[in-house]
Amino acid sequence: MAKATRQAFGESLVRLGADHPQIVVLDADLSKSTKSELFAKMFPQRFFEMGIAEANMIGTAAGMAFTGKLPFLCSFGCFLTGRYDTIRLSVAYAQADVRLVGTHAGVGIGDDGHSQMGLEDIALMRALPTMGVFQPMDARETEHLMDYLVKEWKGPAYIRLTRQNLPDLYPKDAPFRPGKLMKISETSSNPKVLCLASGATVAESVKAAQSLKAQGVSMSVWNAHCLKPFDEKTLLEIIEPVDLVITVEDHSVIGGLGTCVAEALAKTSRHPRLIKLGIQDLFGESGIAEELYEKFGISAKAIENRVKREI
Amino acid sequence: MAMQAKELETLANELRIWMIDMLAEAKSGHPGGSLSAIDLITALFFNEMRGIDPKNLSQERDHFILSKGHAVPALYAVLAKKGFIAYEELKTLRQTGSRLQGHPDRVRLPIVEASTGSLGQGLSVAQGMAISYRMDGLSSRVYCLIGDGEIQEGQIWEAAMSAPKFQLSNLCVILDHNNGQIDGPVSQVMPIEPVQDKWKAFGWDVIQIDGHTMEQILAAYQTSRAAHEKGSKKPTLILAQTIKGKGVSFMENQIGWHGVAPSAEDARKAREELQIHSLTNSRKGGPAHG
Repeated sequence: MAKATRQAFGESLVRLGADHPQIVVLDADLSKSTKSELFAKMFPQRFFEMGIAEANMIGTAAGMAFTGKLPFLCSFGCFLTGRYDTIRLSVAYAQADVRLVGTHAGVGIGDDGHSQMGLEDIALMRALPTMGVFQPMDARETEHLMDYLVKEWKGPAYIRLTRQNLPDLYPKDAPFRPGKLMKISETSSNPKVLCLASGATVAESVKAAQSLKAQGVSMSVWNAHCLKPFDEKTLLEIIEPVDLVITVEDHSVIGGLGTCVAEALAKTSRHPRLIKLGIQDLFGESGIAEELYEKFGISAKAIENRVKREI
Repeated sequence: MAMQAKELETLANELRIWMIDMLAEAKSGHPGGSLSAIDLITALFFNEMRGIDPKNLSQERDHFILSKGHAVPALYAVLAKKGFIAYEELKTLRQTGSRLQGHPDRVRLPIVEASTGSLGQGLSVAQGMAISYRMDGLSSRVYCLIGDGEIQEGQIWEAAMSAPKFQLSNLCVILDHNNGQIDGPVSQVMPIEPVQDKWKAFGWDVIQIDGHTMEQILAAYQTSRAAHEKGSKKPTLILAQTIKGKGVSFMENQIGWHGVAPSAEDARKAREELQIHSLTNSRKGGPAHG
């Protein structure tokens, strides 16, 4: 069943909240949108409405983390990461055990337009030492990731979530391997094209791979739920047999998944060509999400066409 | 045993000498705002704050955050005097590999409670701690020192608005109102008055004092603590009128000494003056323990 990752996040918070009394949740007047309201209803004593004042929310969460709490602080990704200096000093430099939750990732939010779209948030967060950066591709992976971030991860982390529903892709019984690239689909034993995607674009890439297969083009699809620390080891193994690597992300091509892959490839003396699909150093705009995915070249159709042109 | 006013005055003077020596050794740093804040911080650590024995740090202790991070020599001097760091280590201020970074760093030096230095941020962190202690049923109080130039930062007013919402009477903010910032007098760079009315309007109890008179400083801390213990719902702002560079005649009210370290010769002159102050002070006050 299709579900937005923000919804799965809100439900996971409620599930984990019962057994983990150290979890506190802060929101900046967007709890209905970020889905932190689910936690607020269940655990009102551990929910803090901070008003439309994100910087103060971030600093307050750091202070809570220093005193034994595990704060999840929620807003749209662009508003949260826009308070960069506070995240940089009060959270990252101070190594505060804080979970920054940025919803409304990418042009996928559609009609609200650029000012509400997180498009550089991964790049900003990746640049901070000690910060983990995560982006689940569907509801089940969000649940796994939430378990990991509550029970195992230490230090600050940024989690990027979607407004829109995403189809189920994560296999029901597959173990969660934190930080690792994960193969989602392979259309032949020896694909020449390797596609890496993260978050909402994994589903688009899978659709593109299916369509390409029908046309005799074999492309494997891998999911990256962790942008930092990035799984370079697996990447360098899986590029061995391929001629073309393509990355697909609903984020700027500067500093996101494409950059993670480029940085890893550049460390090898010989590597396949890399095509980075994503928001090409542009601002977002209002529109219907599906149409924006076409326009910015990250829909299944756009991926398919691009691969056909390149091979 | 908490020190009383006369003893604290003498001690603050001694710590002024330590700061001058530290800054001269480092050849960089911020004397002006460290000297204006040292009386306020000395009174906190040697009279007001509970449970901060380096040999036995109490879980229910009080906490201090230096939001105006450039005044960190004042904090290091107090921490050294308390025994949290060795006196010799003060000479490593700002050196490569030192725990005594140019601005507070809670990772390298964990007794420092927050990493600050980008102004406007420490008050929010202090608020988070105050909320957390109250959730845990601890009586701990949180003290946060901010600068007057610092309150030009928007985040300060976000926190000023939210601390009263959360009824944080365990939070006591001290505003070091020394009237100077790097580019000139605060009133010219960006006027902040009427400071008292602004904080009152945001829902704070405001106590105005002379930030260099120990009796007034101690009384203000006691008033804030008493209000907390009596069930007040308001955080406190202590508006401390101070003198930038206080205690060293050639630095007092001189903007130029905001962020310039004394030369060896400046330091010698400053030390001489401060030693004379100390002597006069102890003669005036008689034996500290009476």
